[in-house]
Amino acid sequence: MTMFTVLEGVAAPLLRENVDTDTVIRIERLVSLEKVDLGHWAFETLRYRKDGSDNPDFVLNQPRYRGARILLAGRNFGCGSSREGAVHAILGMGIRCVIAPSFGDIFFSNCFQNGVLPIVLPQAEIDKLAEEARESAAGGAFAVDLEAQEIRTPGQRTVSFATDPNRRRALLQGLDPIATTLQRDGDIESFQQRDRQARPWIYG
Amino acid sequence: MPGQSLFDKIWDAHVIADLGSGTSLLHIDRHIMHDLGGGRGLRRLSELGHKLRNPELIFATPDHAISTEPGRTSETTPLSSGYMKVLREETKKHGVRLFELGEDGQGIVHVVGPEMGISLPGVTLVCGDSHTCTHGAVGAMAWGIGSSELVHVLATQTMVQAKPKRMRVSFSGRMHDWVRSKDLILYLIGRLGAAAGSGSAVEYAGPAIRALSMEARLSLCNLSIEMGARFGMIAPDDTTFEYLAGRPFAPEGRMWDRAVSHWRTLPSDPDAVFDREESIEVDAIAPQITWGTSPQDVIAVDGIIPDPASAANPSRRHEMELAQRYMGIEPGRPIAGTPVDRVFIGSCTNSRIEDLRDAAAVARGRQVAKNVTAWVVPGSYIVKCQGEAEGLDAVFRAAGFEWREPGCSQCVAANGDVVPPGQRCVSTSNRNFAGRQGPGSRTHLASPAMAAAAAVAGAITDIRQLA
Repeated sequence: MTMFTVLEGVAAPLLRENVDTDTVIRIERLVSLEKVDLGHWAFETLRYRKDGSDNPDFVLNQPRYRGARILLAGRNFGCGSSREGAVHAILGMGIRCVIAPSFGDIFFSNCFQNGVLPIVLPQAEIDKLAEEARESAAGGAFAVDLEAQEIRTPGQRTVSFATDPNRRRALLQGLDPIATTLQRDGDIESFQQRDRQARPWIYG
Repeated sequence: MPGQSLFDKIWDAHVIADLGSGTSLLHIDRHIMHDLGGGRGLRRLSELGHKLRNPELIFATPDHAISTEPGRTSETTPLSSGYMKVLREETKKHGVRLFELGEDGQGIVHVVGPEMGISLPGVTLVCGDSHTCTHGAVGAMAWGIGSSELVHVLATQTMVQAKPKRMRVSFSGRMHDWVRSKDLILYLIGRLGAAAGSGSAVEYAGPAIRALSMEARLSLCNLSIEMGARFGMIAPDDTTFEYLAGRPFAPEGRMWDRAVSHWRTLPSDPDAVFDREESIEVDAIAPQITWGTSPQDVIAVDGIIPDPASAANPSRRHEMELAQRYMGIEPGRPIAGTPVDRVFIGSCTNSRIEDLRDAAAVARGRQVAKNVTAWVVPGSYIVKCQGEAEGLDAVFRAAGFEWREPGCSQCVAANGDVVPPGQRCVSTSNRNFAGRQGPGSRTHLASPAMAAAAAVAGAITDIRQLA
């Protein structure tokens, strides 16, 4: 897994609620048999006009937010489909951290699998971060420090956040989840042996 | 110590190791794979140098990418041809059971699991699809996973899972005529919102749930994820056992009796504690229809399209305006009477035999309106055969519906089956997201009977008026 320690960069506010993973990446881009640059197609219906040109109203098209590494998002970001391509798409745009009041649960899990850090903060705090992003020069330099579990803002504020300890350790050390679990192969084997006695119908 | 919930009991029975901070390594009893993720997942497993741990606990079938055009084969579209090739090669190489086109077991993963007796009470079941919560209706702990987690399950037959909060929704009262379980769950999502179940496992309980058929329960649990809940479930009871008995992969004979006596211990204890409890009176529920681009944008079919000016806050107002512009509808007007171009009866929500019977009862002796294209897509090969044995295909065809082959079709629009840009579709599926049924498509979610009513009337119609 890709490591995540300290991320520095611009934060872009996309504060709409219930942004679903179909909106993050359309199914046609995902299922193509050819190799597709998912980053190019992230948020395509919001980001491009019908003629394919950039929609200047979309926040990530605005010069100050181009190259943003942090996304400030609305409630229930990444709801809907389990498509992990939604994470690949934002990653392809360069985004490594999404901060929202809540997330779609599957998207939230998929982030950790790809070295993207999802952070849950109250709406009021996200509104403040968005205000700082809008007001500071060039979107401002934010720093997300996973070791310290804090965000340092262009306005010199420090905002702390919480992360599940197991997931935090995996990101900090870049652990491979499968290799980590396979260290417990003996436990899995003995569970199945016991379970075959208790619930033989499971194993047919 | 307080009693345990259905969820807690299944969770505890599957813990291989406590990883601390509320996270456990859980055994996975059943893994169902589809054409988009299955073949690729197995290929990835080999690329990473891992072995498939328990092929006997995995089941695969094509549904997402396969065309549902009558007479289809895997070669009907280049896309399905490509995905089927990988799925066939990889399942063969790894010894995974594949239900092929034209045989029992093929169909939408969430229709096939219960109907084949793969989904059983008390099991942990995962699939690389968010609507895996559907299987919770048999009293399973079932949830959708991403493609990396899928490979983890292939390699280890486990998931690393943080324990969710527990929520219970109790339904009481009697459902009015033409109100279906789809209406119950849409109404609930409208009341609580699309994020109400975030981080939660939801149990649906109460006398109105106990009175539902197994298939109606599956439709209800299917939309749990549209409320934000990765898990939705219903305690197993005699309805569950009667439905599962004799299914191809259900236990038999003495093993069946042993399983049932275990399953009877699963329902939540009377003193089980939940993090959140809600209750719903079903007498208050009319047939529902969505007006916007989230399943929470829902009203009774005899209701008025809501005015964004009445929104609780400016951001919600803005979202309502965007949704109504996208949908091409105006606030303050009745939603009934809105003309439609398409009707889609199918999907993992509503493509089972009871759904098709319900829609056929409306279609019988009527005609699909001019300018409306209406499709019926059975959820599985078994449902299709059953529908044909009952003559439902003939009823639909006579009324001007197209009777198609089993698959996800226009619900996922990844298979050549799309609603054209700007067209309005009444759909029995589960997502009305912008562009879900194809770029620029406009989706109104409803029950099969309501969808059939819209097809024959050529407009969104109150089924109670039609009938």
